[in-house]
This record gives sequence, structure tokens and C-alpha cells, in this order.
Amino acid sequence: MSTIKTTIEAKAHVYGNHIDTDRIIPGKYTKTLDLSTLANHVLEDLDPNFHKIVQSGDILVAGINFGCGSSREQAPLALKQSGISVVIAEDFARIFFRNAINIGLPVLEIGKHNIQKGAKLSIDLKQGIVNDITANTSYKATKLPDIMIDILKEGGLVNYLNKNGNYTL
Amino acid sequence: MGQTISEKIISNHVGHKVYAGELVISDVDGAMASDTTGPLTIKAFKEMGGKKVFNPDKCALIIDHAAPSPNERIANLHKMMRDFAKEQGMRLFEIGEGICHQVMVENQYVKPGDIFIGADSHTPTYGALNAFACGVGSTDLAAVMMTGKIWLKVPQTIKIHCSGKLQDGVTAKDLILFLVGKVTVSGATYQAIEFCGEAFEGLSLASRMTIANMSSEMGAKTGIVHPAGLALDYDFEAITPDADAKYIKTFDFDVSNLEPQVSAPESPDNVHNISNYEDTKINYAFIGTCCNGRLEDLDVAAKILKGKKIHPDVRMVIAPASQSVLLDAMSNGSMQTLIKAGASLITSGCGPCVGTHQGVPADGEVVISAANRNFRGRMGNPNSNIYLGAPSTVAASALEGKITNPKKYLI
Repeated sequence: MSTIKTTIEAKAHVYGNHIDTDRIIPGKYTKTLDLSTLANHVLEDLDPNFHKIVQSGDILVAGINFGCGSSREQAPLALKQSGISVVIAEDFARIFFRNAINIGLPVLEIGKHNIQKGAKLSIDLKQGIVNDITANTSYKATKLPDIMIDILKEGGLVNYLNKNGNYTL
Repeated sequence: MGQTISEKIISNHVGHKVYAGELVISDVDGAMASDTTGPLTIKAFKEMGGKKVFNPDKCALIIDHAAPSPNERIANLHKMMRDFAKEQGMRLFEIGEGICHQVMVENQYVKPGDIFIGADSHTPTYGALNAFACGVGSTDLAAVMMTGKIWLKVPQTIKIHCSGKLQDGVTAKDLILFLVGKVTVSGATYQAIEFCGEAFEGLSLASRMTIANMSSEMGAKTGIVHPAGLALDYDFEAITPDADAKYIKTFDFDVSNLEPQVSAPESPDNVHNISNYEDTKINYAFIGTCCNGRLEDLDVAAKILKGKKIHPDVRMVIAPASQSVLLDAMSNGSMQTLIKAGASLITSGCGPCVGTHQGVPADGEVVISAANRNFRGRMGNPNSNIYLGAPSTVAASALEGKITNPKKYLI
């Protein structure tokens, strides 16, 4: 059962390049299984107000190398818990990218973009299209490998393996 | 068509020749998680239907990121790990036994030619051993523990060739900081790196681990040091690339005149010659981590600090990479020298590098650290600044109270 909406229309929170996982969720908050606590500290060293202004369904937009640094899955989990529905970036660090898909947080790599803070975006996850309604432009995301699409369709790797028992290509 | 080291190792595991860009499901030789990633791994393992790990002798859990536990919440997570390890018949490395990457190498969980998957971003450290090692997150690792397999894209490879020998007083850490500065923090994203050339051939296993460790600071999936000159205390079959292997990019540097390097706040690739930062006052000096907490690192610091006292305005923390490193540094006198010089010894493990406990800097303070990351807030306080350098640089800086080129103490 898919738990992911395939069309999203929401507001963009825009940040810059090389947002590392320490900035997404500082190491001191990561050691917990109570995932709801992560949302209170998400992006706290980058934008202390973020957790107050983010609304369920909002979109996070960044530049290059989003999620570099630690392997902590708590980084995409914190974003998901805070209500972020999809992360768009010019490109991603590889572990963050895998982690996000594995926990069922859609991520789209769209290359160079000019999305501005507060822009209204509409996204078609199936087609990998990002429409910037405010600026009246659109971007095409890099296609995910089929196995990642399959994992995302199931809502994450836990559901995927529960259903399939093993990986298939 | 010729193959890179990564292509050869993955081919050996999937049973046919594969090349960059192909998606494969590969057998894995070993897997581990720490106390940052382990609890979520265990949770995901159970939720995905896991009953038994694929091979308890090849899987391990390590309590190193917050060890001993600083509070009851983390104490309970540690207990969860101990219980799971016991239930599965797999080894749990206790508080103080050491940092995950160090104990995996010391205990031969990973060997040349292996594919090893670790739930820690510095897993590429095992590239020092001529192995293909990748970091992943908790859910990926749970799947590896359950199935013994991982899906991956065979990476393209960047070749980094360094000619010339490092000068006396210049170390593997200076070399890898220099390379991170050149390649940048995203210069090798999704790709493998091969390190080769004269500069690497004379390096010890410990120094090779320092090199491979910081592959992740360039975004790499793995970073493998060519096996020329690799000495291990067991026989192994070295994997070398074919002469006509295809590389996406090649860097060539002559490092014979390389000076000690420093990475300034707040990105590991903000690297410059140490002369740019000399006289920067420091409050706190740290030697340890999976990057630089090994015996040769403590020895070089002891050489600089022998018979001296660190600067009165500086505090110094030492976290040996493992219990075995600690015992060796006690036997050869380095630990006694460091403590007499004024350093504070903490439990073997990740220590203050992950900003959880054991030495969080205060607002406005400056840290010189032998670790691999200086992101804002990395050590637990976003209002402090972290400079990265070699253990020799950290020791010389602790002595003088400011960032100091260690060469004068070593040659």
C-alpha cells in the first residue's frame, strides 16, 4: 500500500548549498526512537524558526549536495516528522538520498533552479515534474532507478521488504 | 574492457563482470551499526520481518557514539542493542572497546576484496584495506542484516594520483585535507575514489585509514587505496585495477612540497596551508576519532609534548580509537607523556566529535581537532568554530595556545 501522495501542491522553504546532516538535525538529538522529538529541532542551527513556520505538506528546496555528512537516517526522518512532503535539490549527498527513499520521503533532483523562498510549487512525483507556479517555470527531475521507484511506491524499504522478502531488480 | 578496483570487487560478488552504471544486488561480507544508527536498525529489522541476521559472525553492533551513556534515554537504547546482539548471537562491542571502524579492522570483520556495509558515513575507511566499503543509513543496514545483500549502482571511479614523498613533519592527514580541498565536499558524490602513487605507497595501515576515511568528505561512495605497500599480518590477494580501466576523472598532484594543512570553519573542504591560520588563538585541542585516534597519532602528539606542558589557556582531550590503541599507548609511554603534558583521557570511542557529550565547546570558542568534520554545530555548539588538522598540528597548537605548524617540533 502506497502511503505517498503522487501530486503535491504547497509552499517552498528555500535554503542554500551543502546543507549537512548536522544542520538538518544536530547529533545531540539523534539518539532517540521517539521520532516526534526530532521535529522540534529540525534545521535548528540553520534556521531556528523553521520548526515553528513549517506546515504539513510544505516543500523543502535546496541547492547542491543536500544532506552531506553523517549517515543518520534521523535527518530525513526529522524533515518528514516536521511535515515536509518532498525535498527538492539541485543534487543530493548519496546516503541522505537513499535514506529518504528508504523511509518514504520523496526526493527530486532537478539541477540548477531559481525557486524563490515562499514560491508555490506543484509537483507530479510520477512524472518527476516540478512546476514553479509563482515564477511560471517548470523543472524535470532526474529519473530514479526502478528499484527506488518500487521502494518509494511501497512507502519505504520496510514495507517493500515486508511484501517481497528480498530485493528484486 | 578493463575494470577499476570497485568494478572488480563487485564483479567477484555478483558472479559476472559488471561496469560503472549497472544496478546490481550483491552479496555482502559484513555489516555493522553504531549506537547512533543501531537502534533504528533494530526497529526497522523487526518491522521488515527480520528474524535472524544473515550471519551472526559477520554482523556487529558497536557502542561508540555516546559511550558510556550520558543519560537514561541513551542508556535504554544501549540496552536495546545489547539485548538484540545477545538474541542474535552476534558480537556487541561494549563502551570503551573502540570506534566502530577501528574495531572492525582490528577484529578482521573486513578484509581485502570484501564488500562491507556500515551504518556510518565513515565506513569507506576500510578502503585502506583494499575493500569496497559503503556507508548507509539504518533501514538499509537492517535490510543488509536480514538479507545479506544490498542493491547498489556500480560507481564510476575518480583516480587520485599523488607523486612525490611527503616531507618529514607532514602526515597522511595533511595529504587528505589537501585532497578534500581540491576535490571539494561534493566532488566525488556517488563515485568511488582510487588513491594511488608514490605518496600513498609508504603509508602505514593507520595512515591509509586516515586517507580512506575522508573519502566521505568528498561525497564518495567508497575510497580505495591501491594495495602497493599494504602490509597486513595475514595473507591476502590484492585487487588492482586493469591498465585499461576507465576513470571518469583523474587528478595528478606532486605532493613533495606539501605543507601542513588546516581546514577552517565550517566545511571540511575549506582547506589552506597552515601559514594562513598560524596565530589563531585556540581554547580546546582534540585528538581522536575514526580519522586520527590511532597509535601513530598519539605517538606523534607525545613526541611534540614530551616533557612539556600545554598552554595554560588550552584544554586538551584525547580519545584513543580503541582499547587496543590505548593499551599500546600505555605500553610505549605515549599516554603517560600526554597526560603529564596536561591532556585529559576519555573513553575510547567517538568522544566529542559527534557533539553529544564528553567535551562540548562553549560559545565563541575555537577548537583545533584531528577529526574529519567541522560543520557548524558539529561538536554540539553552533556558536563555536572548529579547525581540522593533523594530530601533530593539534599537539603543537595545544602547546602554543594558537594554531601552530608542527614541523619545527618534528624535524
